[in-house]
Amino acid sequence: MTVVAESAWTRQRDDRAARLARAGTLAGVRGKIVDADAAIALLEALIEPGDRVCLEGDNQKQADFLARALAGVTPERVHDLHMVQSVLSLPEHLDIFETGIASKLDFSFSGPQSLRLAQLLGQGKLKIGAIHTYLELFGRYFVDLTPKVALVAAQMADRQGNLYTGPNTEDTPAIVEATAFKSGIVVAQVDRIVDTLPRVDIPSDWVDFVVQAPEPAFIEPLFTRDPAQISEIQVLMAMMAIKGIYAEYGVQSLNHGIGFDTAAIELLLPTYGERLGLKGRICRHWALNPHPALIPAIEAGWVESVHSFGSELGMEDYVRARPDVFFTGPDGSLRSNRAFCQAAGHYACDLFIGSTLQMDMAGNSSTATLGRIAGFGGAPNMGADARGRRHASQAWLKAGREARDGLPGARGTPRGQKLVVQMVETFREHMQPAFVETLDAWQLAEQAGMPLPPVMIYGEDVTHVLTEEGIANLLLCRDDEEREHAIRGVAGFTPAGRARDKALVDKLRARGVIRRPADLGIDPRDATRNLLAARSMRDLVRASGGLYRPPRRFRNW
Amino acid sequence: MAGMETLNFAFDGGRPLAPFAPTLVGVVASGNLEVLVEPSDDTGCRIAVDTSARGFGPVWEAVLRDFHERHGLGGIAVAIHDMGATPAVVSLRLDQAIAAIAGDA
Repeated sequence: MTVVAESAWTRQRDDRAARLARAGTLAGVRGKIVDADAAIALLEALIEPGDRVCLEGDNQKQADFLARALAGVTPERVHDLHMVQSVLSLPEHLDIFETGIASKLDFSFSGPQSLRLAQLLGQGKLKIGAIHTYLELFGRYFVDLTPKVALVAAQMADRQGNLYTGPNTEDTPAIVEATAFKSGIVVAQVDRIVDTLPRVDIPSDWVDFVVQAPEPAFIEPLFTRDPAQISEIQVLMAMMAIKGIYAEYGVQSLNHGIGFDTAAIELLLPTYGERLGLKGRICRHWALNPHPALIPAIEAGWVESVHSFGSELGMEDYVRARPDVFFTGPDGSLRSNRAFCQAAGHYACDLFIGSTLQMDMAGNSSTATLGRIAGFGGAPNMGADARGRRHASQAWLKAGREARDGLPGARGTPRGQKLVVQMVETFREHMQPAFVETLDAWQLAEQAGMPLPPVMIYGEDVTHVLTEEGIANLLLCRDDEEREHAIRGVAGFTPAGRARDKALVDKLRARGVIRRPADLGIDPRDATRNLLAARSMRDLVRASGGLYRPPRRFRNW
Repeated sequence: MAGMETLNFAFDGGRPLAPFAPTLVGVVASGNLEVLVEPSDDTGCRIAVDTSARGFGPVWEAVLRDFHERHGLGGIAVAIHDMGATPAVVSLRLDQAIAAIAGDA
């Protein structure tokens, strides 16, 4: 029998101890508390070449000070890092690849940096492991992409290193848990160090170092949409969504994507929805950030609960005053959690509705455009049937019945299905058609050497396509030709729409696969902005009783 | 105006409207358009388009043909001043104009 030396099983822990010892001797490090100007030296002491590092870049909250510190380390000492992070949004997130500090990347979303990311990939400055959805990347933090060092952001810390992440908790718990419990090292930047925290979001023994950043962490108000910019066509599409889908299926629990299309739906619930007698029958439970556009529906008593991925700037006091609706801590402020909310959106919601840049004739949709690598974020988790779901609801059962009616064998086994709605105007800005024969994603995959075209939502998962021309119910399509013409039949005057077989489209309409506004009893001329429960940011503030405080750039009065 | 494109369409046939006053809907603003419908001595439907978005002749043709098939009107002249409206907005404005005329008559 071979006896394995005890130390062979504790290499990670021993390595961690050695790094902490190195850091402990630095000037400016007093226990867990580190001076801002010692941050670069701290990272050089803690991080070794080739390490897997998670730099907290969320959808909204950014560990921007630590991102700058990491970009400031000496590349001769710290190089070839493998970055694992959900969002690339700051220039520093890519600067480190330019200088050789990092060389490999696993991520979810790179919206603002998508162009530069594609360029760096083209220049061979970085290797992409994979592009993930949020849940998928968090999952891999606990399997094969566990960070050695995590650089996170919190609002406050106390002197023991307990963290208060406040309303914008977002990804922090998932990152810290994966790192701290696998002998990794957690460094937090905080806006302030205080004696007593409002509440503890991350306990101190999961946190190794705390740095007070000179400036508060950057937070992006990503979900604010000014109602003044909602068009009549968006009002029309929102009427169709409410009457033709939400009411039809009795949708109780749902997630809305970001955008003016879905903001219009939120603002029509207390007006048009009320008129249809739908209050209490639809839209009671939400997986959603605190959208300002939801305020009028909440105030009118439509909404029973909202769980959030992150927060939204300006909504703090409103959320605090509505704890029956939002998840809040004992201190009164919002508790968000991206991992849990993604799980909730995937498994516990009957419907996802979102938008896309391109959809092909199989219903596949993508926001990828040539020369940009933008990634996925959370949409694929929301916009996919949850194959593991087992609890029934009226909407889920009806969608499942429509999809399976008359099918034999395994395909016909009774089960429900999630409603996945793609809501798109047939033409986007600058007359770009939203419907195309081939997604740019295919060419992008070839250019960037991806194993798969970056499809955001697979056609197999899409149940309804909603445009200003009508609703195509893909659940009722029985073959590829029907599906194709159901989509062409609502694709308007785009080239793909004009290539429709008119007779087949008429047949699909007669069967209710395609429904025009008139078929739903909706007159497009009734679709005016007067239907919006708030028509300006000021209306939203008024609806909130003055509790909502929009960021300055949204205030025009 | 620099960069504008002018397109002219004529569709034959259609029933004439009862006498009506020239009718204007919409506004000339980004993403929007102005539609003026007037009686004309022609039996058909004449449409003149001034648009800021060049190169969309075939789309205009399809949108306006659809309008003509939907309403089947003759004896009208339509003038459109477009600032990059989508086909959906164009169709909506045309329908609003016809509804306003029908409401007057």
